[in-house]
Amino acid sequence: MPSKPAISYAHVTKSFGLLKAVDGLSLDIAEGEFVAIVGGSGSGKTTLLRLANRLIEAEGGTITVEGEDVQSVDPVALRRRIGYVFQSGGLFPHLSVADNIGITPKLLGQPAADIAARVDELLELVQLDRDAHRSRLPEALSGGQRQRVGVARALAARPRIVLMDEPFGALDPITRDALGDDYRSLHRKLGLTTVMITHDMTEAILLADRIAVMRSGQLLAQGTPTELSNSSDAYVLELLRTPRRQVERLNALLPQSGAA
Amino acid sequence: MSLFSDPRWGEALAHLPDYLGNHVRVSLAALELGLAVSLPLAILTRSRPAPRAILLAIASIVQTVPGLALLALFYPLLLLAASVTLAWFGVSFSAFGFLPAMLALALYSMLPVLRNGITGLNGIDPALIEAAKGVGMTARQSLVMVELPLALPVMMAGIRTAAVWVIGTATLSTPIGQTSLGNYIFAGLQTQNWVFVLFGCFASALLALAVDQLLGLIEGGLRQRSRARTALGAAGIAALVAATLVPTMGRSSQGYVVGAKTFAEQYVLSALLRDRLQAAGLPATTRSGLGSSVIFGALKAGDIDLYVDYSGTLWANQLHRSDIKPRAELLTDLKASLAKDNITLLGELGFENAYALVLPKKRAEALGIRTIADLAAHASTLSIAGDYEFFSRPEWAALQKAYGLSFRAQRQMQPDFMYAAVASGEVDVIAGYTSDGLIAKYDLVALDDPKHAIPPYDAILLLAPKRAGDERLKAALQPLLGKIDIATMREANLRASGNDANSSPDAVAKWLWEKVGGR
Repeated sequence: MPSKPAISYAHVTKSFGLLKAVDGLSLDIAEGEFVAIVGGSGSGKTTLLRLANRLIEAEGGTITVEGEDVQSVDPVALRRRIGYVFQSGGLFPHLSVADNIGITPKLLGQPAADIAARVDELLELVQLDRDAHRSRLPEALSGGQRQRVGVARALAARPRIVLMDEPFGALDPITRDALGDDYRSLHRKLGLTTVMITHDMTEAILLADRIAVMRSGQLLAQGTPTELSNSSDAYVLELLRTPRRQVERLNALLPQSGAA
Repeated sequence: MSLFSDPRWGEALAHLPDYLGNHVRVSLAALELGLAVSLPLAILTRSRPAPRAILLAIASIVQTVPGLALLALFYPLLLLAASVTLAWFGVSFSAFGFLPAMLALALYSMLPVLRNGITGLNGIDPALIEAAKGVGMTARQSLVMVELPLALPVMMAGIRTAAVWVIGTATLSTPIGQTSLGNYIFAGLQTQNWVFVLFGCFASALLALAVDQLLGLIEGGLRQRSRARTALGAAGIAALVAATLVPTMGRSSQGYVVGAKTFAEQYVLSALLRDRLQAAGLPATTRSGLGSSVIFGALKAGDIDLYVDYSGTLWANQLHRSDIKPRAELLTDLKASLAKDNITLLGELGFENAYALVLPKKRAEALGIRTIADLAAHASTLSIAGDYEFFSRPEWAALQKAYGLSFRAQRQMQPDFMYAAVASGEVDVIAGYTSDGLIAKYDLVALDDPKHAIPPYDAILLLAPKRAGDERLKAALQPLLGKIDIATMREANLRASGNDANSSPDAVAKWLWEKVGGR
């Protein structure tokens, strides 16, 4: 493990009424790591993600981001230095693609010319044609294009950490695959630390370095896909069974691709 | 004569810059004030259910108050406030005209703005507010950059509703002294000038429609995020405002303001007074259609300089006296009382406009009725109609008491329609006015009052406190005092009730001066 983790949860708790969304959870995410948090709905995975940039405030335990206790930093400043990709984009419908992407640099008071240059750079990075997309409104984009803009927006202020909340969940399988791959290479190229939430174990296995499995607010297991497959936990094995069965069936149905 | 060759259209058109300009100005000020109060309230209460519910309830209650009553209520309220500020800070302000109209209309505009503001802000997808926070916006930035722009189309729809309401309701601000397109309607109704009524209705409807369409353009532009449409609508509104404000700017001061209540005789007399002042080289304008309770206060406060009132009215309404004195004695008492308020009772015009019980001459003869005492015997089988205030006035109580009157039914009516109603047998008896020309026109008879239950109603000229020492003014008015007898006034009123070009108050006032000027 590197010297200090990018994000560290220590004995963190958060309840909503009687429901314990996060229950005494501890987890370290190393710099440069791509971690997927997997769990069913209501497992507390979204809450866990939002605790990191204080979209939700923790009740107990300590969360540090790049060595600093998040409680000791201004939440607005914290959010501006952590990229966040929302489920189905979360783009502002009244702002153009360029204005959406440039929003965080604008909030940081960067000069308009710098922002414009950065927007062009990001459009290229997420493989969207600049001239065709810059001044469009989000409603004129396809789901995949919207999510590319969402990724570009998250990266605009050059964060070292990116949080992703089921970013590819609402996309068709082909777009989803392409976008996942493209993001994975961006992660590597830019040296990001990424925490991605997903309910899809296949996606987690394909994209992440390490997978954390949550259930009822607790961390059930964590590790590389290989490590997880050695787990003795019934729920973890159940989660892994789906991608395995898919592979077997795909191999049976598509023998050529298996041979290739 | 065809409808559109009537010269009264030209007369109506001549008033348009003044009436429309004032109408737009008061509506605009009311809307701006309403928005300035409602929008922050909508923003503050958007996520606080309890204050929000209270606020919306208050705004809804205000909405249920009839527009005319709301406007009328602001006048005494402001008078009170003005006297308080005068006592405490030594400054007073005019409770007449623009201010009460603007405040009442602003209050009226609040409900749609509040309701749509709150609905618009609460209707925003919570995921977007979360996203605003997530990209690093402060609460204020989220409001300004995300929530307000997204709520704007819904808010605009509310503003649009408010604008139409305010423009429509502003026609009712005439009786509290604010000139508006309502001046056409009030004057037209009182003098049976249907050209004016129609003109006023069309003008205010057109204004409301135009503003609604332009705001609709802005709303559509915001909804479809089309800058061009939004800009076009905004430019239209700006042009409209500029067009109505420019002609009324840079006008000279009004000089003397002659007040008039809301009936034909008053319109004619105020025109006559204005003409006399102008003839004497004193600049003068009329402010007509003022409510009976507003006009005296307006004189006292100096918002108008002079008007004609009736001795019995002031006796009962201003001095709150219910005893009845002989004519001369009442006038002396009244003059002394008014002098305490520094109001000058310059003198009588020469006629009385008293209440009288009136019925068709033929009917009276058939029943053998000559006096109210005779009427009392038949009253239990007859119905009576009076104007809006008659049945709550002390003289009605005095009449009932003196003669033991008890009618089968009583109704309230627009004064101008009463005479036709009694002539056609719709009602049996009306409480009419002795100076009304319609008595002769419909062959009606005013019954004698042998017990003198109805107080005298001499038409008297009143001057505002600030004009108490104005000798030029007094000299200009002197030739009118004692010159207008009841027969002449009846004829003038009959002319004014006609429905042609010679029946406008201005024309009748000229005719009246020709009759009495040489006396």
